[in-house]
Amino acid sequence: MILEIILVLVMLVAAVSAGTFKNLLNAVIAAGFVSFIAAILFFLLNAPDVAMAEASIGAALTVAIFVIALKKTKRHEDDEKNS
Amino acid sequence: MRKIVSLILLAILLSGVIFCLTEIPFGRSLSKVREYYIDNGIKDTGATNIVTSVVVNYRGFDTLGEVTVLFLAAIGLSAVLHQEEKKPKKEGRKSSLILYTGCRFLFPLTMLFGAYIFIHGHLTPGGGFQGGAIIASGFLLTMLGCWKWRGINKSAAKITESIGGLVFVVIGLLGLLYSGYFLANYLPKGLPNELFSAGIIPIIYVAIGFKVGAELTGVLDRLIEEP
Repeated sequence: MILEIILVLVMLVAAVSAGTFKNLLNAVIAAGFVSFIAAILFFLLNAPDVAMAEASIGAALTVAIFVIALKKTKRHEDDEKNS
Repeated sequence: MRKIVSLILLAILLSGVIFCLTEIPFGRSLSKVREYYIDNGIKDTGATNIVTSVVVNYRGFDTLGEVTVLFLAAIGLSAVLHQEEKKPKKEGRKSSLILYTGCRFLFPLTMLFGAYIFIHGHLTPGGGFQGGAIIASGFLLTMLGCWKWRGINKSAAKITESIGGLVFVVIGLLGLLYSGYFLANYLPKGLPNELFSAGIIPIIYVAIGFKVGAELTGVLDRLIEEP
């Protein structure tokens, strides 16, 4: 129970930081971390099927696709004043 | 004025949402179907993994829809990213020996693990989608780490995913022929907990595993190649 609460809190921190990071690569890695902890939580809640799908798709493939897309575009957000 | 109107609209929306959510009996089981699956799942389908028996047998038509959605997404991506395959692919930056050897060592093990997951989908946790995603991540590892890698054989990937989808549909139509409804489990169910059991479920999951693996690998390959 305590472990799950700690995991949920870490997941919340990672989710908020994924939305607030200016460097998009850091944001993508934080989003992947959310998926990773979600996979652990699914496993702790006795849903190994969903945990497997979440770990392989959410934490591996989605992050890879985002990183490839970032590599082909710009890595930093434009500042507010430029827009 | 506009702010006041939008606040009023938001309040109406919020009260509606709260009203609906308080009516939903969260945490209480009112549907009988869950008990039915747990009690009769093994007897009806022969699959010891109840999730698989729901995904492939009781709700097999939904799974066909999911596979179709994934297929359409892969088609759309390749339509957007399509380019002429005339120019030779340049070799990537040379990676270190440790990374190269590690990738070459891990790639067959990842393939084996993915195949194990979708072949044993009716016995242990996992299934076609999970195994296919693991196979695609093995290809991703090779694409990233092996600098001599020249990309997958695109026509082989397309043929694999087409055959996977066709096997699924043909098995479903044979069920219509033999037992009267689409995706009927007409093969012998065998003993539970054996590899050759549960009728059409392992065949469909192997087809889905090949299809999902080929599709996700194709998507990654399209994305990763030089523009």
